[in-house]
Amino acid sequence: MAAPVPEPLLQIEGLHKSFDGHAVLSGASLAVPRGCLVSVLGRSGAGKSVFLKCLADVLRPDAGTIRFDGRLLGAGDVEAWADFRRRCSFLFQSNALFDSLTALENVALPLEQTTGLSGKEIDGRSLEALRQLELDAHRDRYPGQLSGGMQKRLALARAIVTRPELVLFDEPTAGLDPLRRNAVFSMIAKYQRQFGFTAVVVTHDVPEALVASDRVALLDQGRMCFEGVPADFSASNDGVVHDFRDSIAALGSTLAAIRRGEASSSADP
Amino acid sequence: MLRIVGRNTLSIVQALGDFALFLGRSFRAAAGSRKIVRRIMRAGFEQGVRCLPVILIVGMFTGLVLGLQGYYVLNKFGSEGLLGTLVSLSLVREMGPVLAALMLVGQAGSALAAELGIQRNSEQIAALETMGVSSYAYLVAPRLIASLIVYPLQTALFVTVGLVGGALSGSVLLGLESGVYWSAVERAVESQDVRECFTKAAVFGLLTIGLCSYHGFNAHRNRSSTGARAVSASTTRAVVQSCITVLAADYVITSFLV
Repeated sequence: MAAPVPEPLLQIEGLHKSFDGHAVLSGASLAVPRGCLVSVLGRSGAGKSVFLKCLADVLRPDAGTIRFDGRLLGAGDVEAWADFRRRCSFLFQSNALFDSLTALENVALPLEQTTGLSGKEIDGRSLEALRQLELDAHRDRYPGQLSGGMQKRLALARAIVTRPELVLFDEPTAGLDPLRRNAVFSMIAKYQRQFGFTAVVVTHDVPEALVASDRVALLDQGRMCFEGVPADFSASNDGVVHDFRDSIAALGSTLAAIRRGEASSSADP
Repeated sequence: MLRIVGRNTLSIVQALGDFALFLGRSFRAAAGSRKIVRRIMRAGFEQGVRCLPVILIVGMFTGLVLGLQGYYVLNKFGSEGLLGTLVSLSLVREMGPVLAALMLVGQAGSALAAELGIQRNSEQIAALETMGVSSYAYLVAPRLIASLIVYPLQTALFVTVGLVGGALSGSVLLGLESGVYWSAVERAVESQDVRECFTKAAVFGLLTIGLCSYHGFNAHRNRSSTGARAVSASTTRAVVQSCITVLAADYVITSFLV
């Protein structure tokens, strides 16, 4: 018998978003259970980042509803959104670190601006976050002086320093080699379990997402065409899921066919 | 033709309204912002200390040129003794506030527009909003408040250095009695002139730093270009509009105060 799915912390229904008449999201829905790591998969340009930015209020959806912890986040409900922002962090694909601030100042920024903590408490919590992500030796360095992986960890330190209940990750492994992709996914999974936050990760890295996630969803043509546990995703016979999941196998068959064609043509007299 | 005029008029009114809302939101957001004093000090340093050399150099040369030109013109009428009056009133009433503002736009305003444009491009402004931090309060308001302090101070410095430049031209180079020059300065400048000078400086500061912030902050709204080009276009627009605004505002304020 399958384990019961925890109640959703985030519930998205029928999200629509268009740019200049071009529909990117057309009724995307997703339930994010509390304490789970949910990966939203999809091809490049499928609207994954737009979907995530609508959740974070960076973009305003044309239609649809978002509920956080049972509360509707209405378009003009300033108080509900303020509560959501207090309890949620967003990790941008570009990290969005302040290049004129040191690593410590970057991490301390949300605490300084959104809490009434004293300077000593802010420093203590920021240093703790840096230490947990093994960046305490680089506290006085600027983001430009850190490697790509360190910048990613610094962005994560800034995201978790406020002890959020929900962290949204926008393509955290974009442009990374396979080893670094694995490292980023294991870092997300490790800290998600350590700090107990709920995570939504937007990515197109299928193998890593299937291993690290509790649940996966597949976004295609503006809608979620699959939502479930990784085992069901692996076993699904749905055409879109099959194409996306088995793209490497498909590439292998295509290449094998090309090679066979070359071999037969070279064997021709 | 009428349609084009109407459309342009509407877009100008819309832009003015948008700019006024931008300033209003920034000042309102400043009210509840934490640790804003530190950020005002930092903005004051960027606008003030970093612009000091250019203010001193331009102020000195403006005074030197005014002294030279003024001396030769007044000499024709045998009125060299009024050189102090000419230099001081030119500097205090017009040239000081206007030239200091233009120098500050060139140095601090352009840097500000580019910085905010890059922050918009690299999603730093969006990151602030997702953290629940008002980007108006964090990035714009400290710069606006600092400009209200820095511009009048820089203008005062510009005028002082300009007066010294006028004295160097008139007294040291052209042989006018130093006491004659400085007593003419003292007699000519009244408290009303100083008030006018500081009022202009504060208004120019608010308008130019406001415009540079506005264009940098909204670099992503540029429809004709994106990315680095959008930042460069918004910086250019910020500097050009700020310079025109300084001269237009100077005329309006002068016509009210004279």
